[in-house]
Formats: sequence, C-alpha cells, structure tokens
Amino acid sequence: MTIINFMSNLAMPLVILMIALYGIIEKNTVFDDFIEGAKEGLEIVFSILPTLVGLFVAIGALRHSGILDMMIRLIMPFLNMVHFPSEIMPLAMIRPISGSGSIAVAIDIMKNYGVDSTIGKIASTIMGSTETTLYTIAVYTSCVKITKTRYILLAALTADIVGMLVSVGICRIMS
Amino acid sequence: MLNKIWPAFIILSFSYAIFSGNLDTLNSAIFQSTSDAISLSFDLLGTICLWNGIMQIANRTSLVDKLTNLLKPIIYLLFPEIRENKQIQKEISMNMIANILGLGNAATPLGLKAMKSMQKENLKKDTLTDSMLMFIVINTASIQIIPTTVIAIRNSLGSQNPTSIVFFVWVATICAAVARNNCHQMCHSIHEKGVKI
Repeated sequence: MTIINFMSNLAMPLVILMIALYGIIEKNTVFDDFIEGAKEGLEIVFSILPTLVGLFVAIGALRHSGILDMMIRLIMPFLNMVHFPSEIMPLAMIRPISGSGSIAVAIDIMKNYGVDSTIGKIASTIMGSTETTLYTIAVYTSCVKITKTRYILLAALTADIVGMLVSVGICRIMS
Repeated sequence: MLNKIWPAFIILSFSYAIFSGNLDTLNSAIFQSTSDAISLSFDLLGTICLWNGIMQIANRTSLVDKLTNLLKPIIYLLFPEIRENKQIQKEISMNMIANILGLGNAATPLGLKAMKSMQKENLKKDTLTDSMLMFIVINTASIQIIPTTVIAIRNSLGSQNPTSIVFFVWVATICAAVARNNCHQMCHSIHEKGVKI
C-alpha cells in the first residue's frame, strides 16, 4: 500500500521533472514553450465549455426528474435474471455519461454498503475499469465538428457493459 | 449523435417531471447543472493549461520521439491509415502515454490535438475516419496501470485495503478491451458491406 501510494504520488512530479530536465539539457527555451502550450490549453477549455453546459443540464434533469429511478425499477427483473446487483445500477447508468456524477454515486454506494463489502468493491472496480464513454465521444467529435460517428457508440457501450459484468463477476468470485 | 441523445434526455426528463410533480427539484437541478459545468471548466482550466504547457516542452525535446518509438509497433497495428504521418503518430502516442500513466487531464488536450490533426487529413469532414474511430475507442477504454482516483476514494472512506481492487480492475479492463476490439472489428466488416448501423 505504502509503495503504491508513494508511486502514485511520485508519478506526476516525476513526469514534470523529467520533461523539464530534458528541455534544459537540450537547451530549449523551456518557459516560452510552456506558455505557448498553456495558451493552447485555454482555447481547448473554452471550446468544450458549451458542450459541458448542455450535457450537464440534460444529465441533471435526467437524475432529478426521477426518471432515472423509474427506469431502474423497470429493468429490475432483467437485472435479477443476470444476477446484476440492483444497488450498482445507478452507477452503471451514470458511469458512461458523467465523470463527476459517477464519482458521487460511487462514493454514495461505498458509504451505504461498506467500502470493503462486495458491493463496495464492485463499485470501485467499475470506476477503475470504465470511462465516461459518452462524454469522451462528445468532446472528441465536437472539437473537430464531426456529426457522423458511424458505429462508435455501439462499440464503446458494448465494451462498457462487458467491463461492468466482468467487474461484478470477479468481485463475487474472488471476495 | 448528441443531436439525438440530448433532446431525448430533455424531452424524457422534463415530461416525466411534469407528470410526477418533480418540477421544483428539476428547476433547481437545471441551474445547479449550469454552475457545475462552469466550475468544472474552471477546475479543468488550470490543469489543462499546466499539462498543455508541460507537454509542449516535451514536444520540443527528443523524449517524445523515444517514447513514440516504443509504442510504434502498437500504433502501426491499430492505425494503418496514418503510417506515413509522423506528426499524428507522435500526438497519438503522447495521448496513450498520458492515459497509461493515469494523467487523464493531460490525455484529453493531447487527444484533442491528435483529433484536429487527423481531421486535416480527413476527406469527408463530417464523418469519422477509421483512425479517428479507433482513437476515440481507445480513449473510452480506461487503460491506466494504477487506478489512482478509485484508490484515493477508497482510502478516504476508511477501507482496510484500498488497493485490493487493483487486480480486479486489470481483469475487467482487459475483458472490456477484448470486447471493444471484437465489436469494433465486427461493426467494421458489416459497415464495409454497406449496411448502415
């Protein structure tokens, strides 16, 4: 634990240090390069801000109108069929669309059912092994103004479902 | 895609709220969401500027070339369309390196940069190319070695063993990656035959 803790604490400073050292050794104008890159970062944030506002409102509405809970109740029988714990369902549904939202839901689940319980471990594994798929696709396609995304949603969401089912399975078997 | 999903979300949740009497929570949720979006953008602003700056320094050194060489076999295999384009290969490999190291905030700006370069080569400007598709699919996979965020959350909630899930995460990630690749290949071959999905 302490080693992994140390390593994850070390990763970021080490990367920055190595890059800065490399720049100095190769006699580059390091700070000018930095500023140039940082300015570009500014533009990126401003270009994705409208996307964020639009998506957040839609997701907030979905959660607070009660329709998300209703949908979970509807598919409950199916969940029971594949032995997918219904406690995890809110996380499974929000994971592809919202990073901060899914962190909030995951923390909620871990607090309620115990962080070291099987449910808590399933929630952790899902958080670690999947991404905010819809958000990623939206940001990556909208930054180059692409509207025809072909079959990307199908491929990415299939993988998410497989990842979640495996998370449930392996946590059940191994703990 | 979002042109269909976004209105669907809005129509579904707004009409449900009207019929179930959740209008007041919905109203506050709308304004809460907009300010959430702004505060997230501001949180992102600092880290994205920082990482963009750092990666720009790296971009001017030979470091990236060395790492790109390491990733070259994988990139050749996954992105056959761009074998000739060294610049895009470099940007893709930087994005992959940031992902593997768990630097999510660094990976996104790098990824967007790669997308923009790939768009320049794109003949049909409104449609994803095979390379872009593969690239986004890789970015929707969580390929980091150590799931630092989850470990941090588990630690803060007082877990006896916060890192106990690392192995589970690896297994689930690999299974999802295999599924992703199979589905991608399947859809691709169906698409080639001219069927619209």
